[in-house]
Amino acid sequence: MKGKVLIGLTLGIALSVLSLPLVAHHGNAAYDPTKQINLKGTVTQFIWANPHCVVLFDVAGENGQVVHWMAETENPTTMTNMGWLKSSLKPGDPISIRVITVKNGKPIGRIVYVETASGQRLPGRIVPTDDSGKSAESYK
Amino acid sequence: MLRRSLPLTVVLAVTLLVPLARSQDSSPANSPAPLNERRPPNWLENRRDGWGRPVKLPVKGEKSPPAPKRDLSGIWDPGDGGIQALGPAAMPDDGRPEHNPPFTAAGLEALKETKPSNGFRSTLATESNDPVIAGDPQGMPREDLFELRTVNILQTPVAIYLMYQFGRVWRVIWTDGREVPKDAEPRWFGYSLGKWVDDYTFVVETTGLDERTWIDHAGRPHSDKLRVEETFHRLDRDHLELSVLIDDPKFYTKPWIALNKLVFNLEPQTFDVREMFWEPSEFQTYNKLLGNEAAGEDEK
Repeated sequence: MKGKVLIGLTLGIALSVLSLPLVAHHGNAAYDPTKQINLKGTVTQFIWANPHCVVLFDVAGENGQVVHWMAETENPTTMTNMGWLKSSLKPGDPISIRVITVKNGKPIGRIVYVETASGQRLPGRIVPTDDSGKSAESYK
Repeated sequence: MLRRSLPLTVVLAVTLLVPLARSQDSSPANSPAPLNERRPPNWLENRRDGWGRPVKLPVKGEKSPPAPKRDLSGIWDPGDGGIQALGPAAMPDDGRPEHNPPFTAAGLEALKETKPSNGFRSTLATESNDPVIAGDPQGMPREDLFELRTVNILQTPVAIYLMYQFGRVWRVIWTDGREVPKDAEPRWFGYSLGKWVDDYTFVVETTGLDERTWIDHAGRPHSDKLRVEETFHRLDRDHLELSVLIDDPKFYTKPWIALNKLVFNLEPQTFDVREMFWEPSEFQTYNKLLGNEAAGEDEK
């Protein structure tokens, strides 16, 4: 009987492991598209890669705590056509960034746009809205 | 006895209940609103080829000369219209009844097995069973219906070769009058035969397709009876149209149009096509860093 329980336990664990997420690319179900927020921070890393480029940046939070944010946009091919370069952002760069955020409350966003210290605006693929939710700038 | 069985019961309960709990978030009723993604107005000014060189803007108002006869060769760019993240441009999976393909009962059953990461039925990305994300080839017709980027077309007296930017894959369309082999082994890209129906219109029929592929990024399935008909129509020297018809009597009650006259622009001959892959190593990095976190448990 002990052997059967052990086999069952092993099988159960194996099934549990197999049911864990294997891939997580390209879904937009994780995001709330209706809410855009502005953040100011400092770039810690810029990943220029498929399937999506990712900007990692630190934002000063409440009580002096630093919040480690990350924000994704599209793939390098698409972003190149929109004026981005692999060298567009580098660690230490101060940025202003507008994002939509994930529903689970984690500091993760999808880029509406990034503004560099020189004033260059690097557009993401999300159409900017004002705080009332109305489209402030149309890409039509 | 009860004490002995407890670990097994707990593990099995967790195993069964976790996916069920996750599926609550991923039902069509909770499908995400569109992200409203578009290009900014000045994007054309920023275009560069794979060599990093700026690409000249088309001259406004300048009329293209006629196309050469029976010639598709060139480097062709469909712009954003080829990405088709929600499914085929003419039949996106956006929840509108008119965009539901005419499924048979068998087709609907097969549809239940696919879990796309985009479209009206999209699951949380962690739950998708998209074969392309797992590393399988897109195959046909999905090569035309998802991430259709720049296509370099080369023509010989006996065949036309299409070289796709996404994944750097190529396929051959034979024009030498051959027939599809009997008892053909199914292939990711099937067996393509093409013919000119007039000087500017080239029709391709593809059969013998591997059933493991999805028709599109929205997870529409197909059977071994799928026949794909592509119509390439050269409008003039600088413009090419592509339409795609899906004909699969096992899964669809009638043929349906997936792509309707998508226009490609001719790039200069010196245009270097940028590499574009879904590299497994970069996928792993992305998923580990952000993808799994974004789709993960609630922190609120």
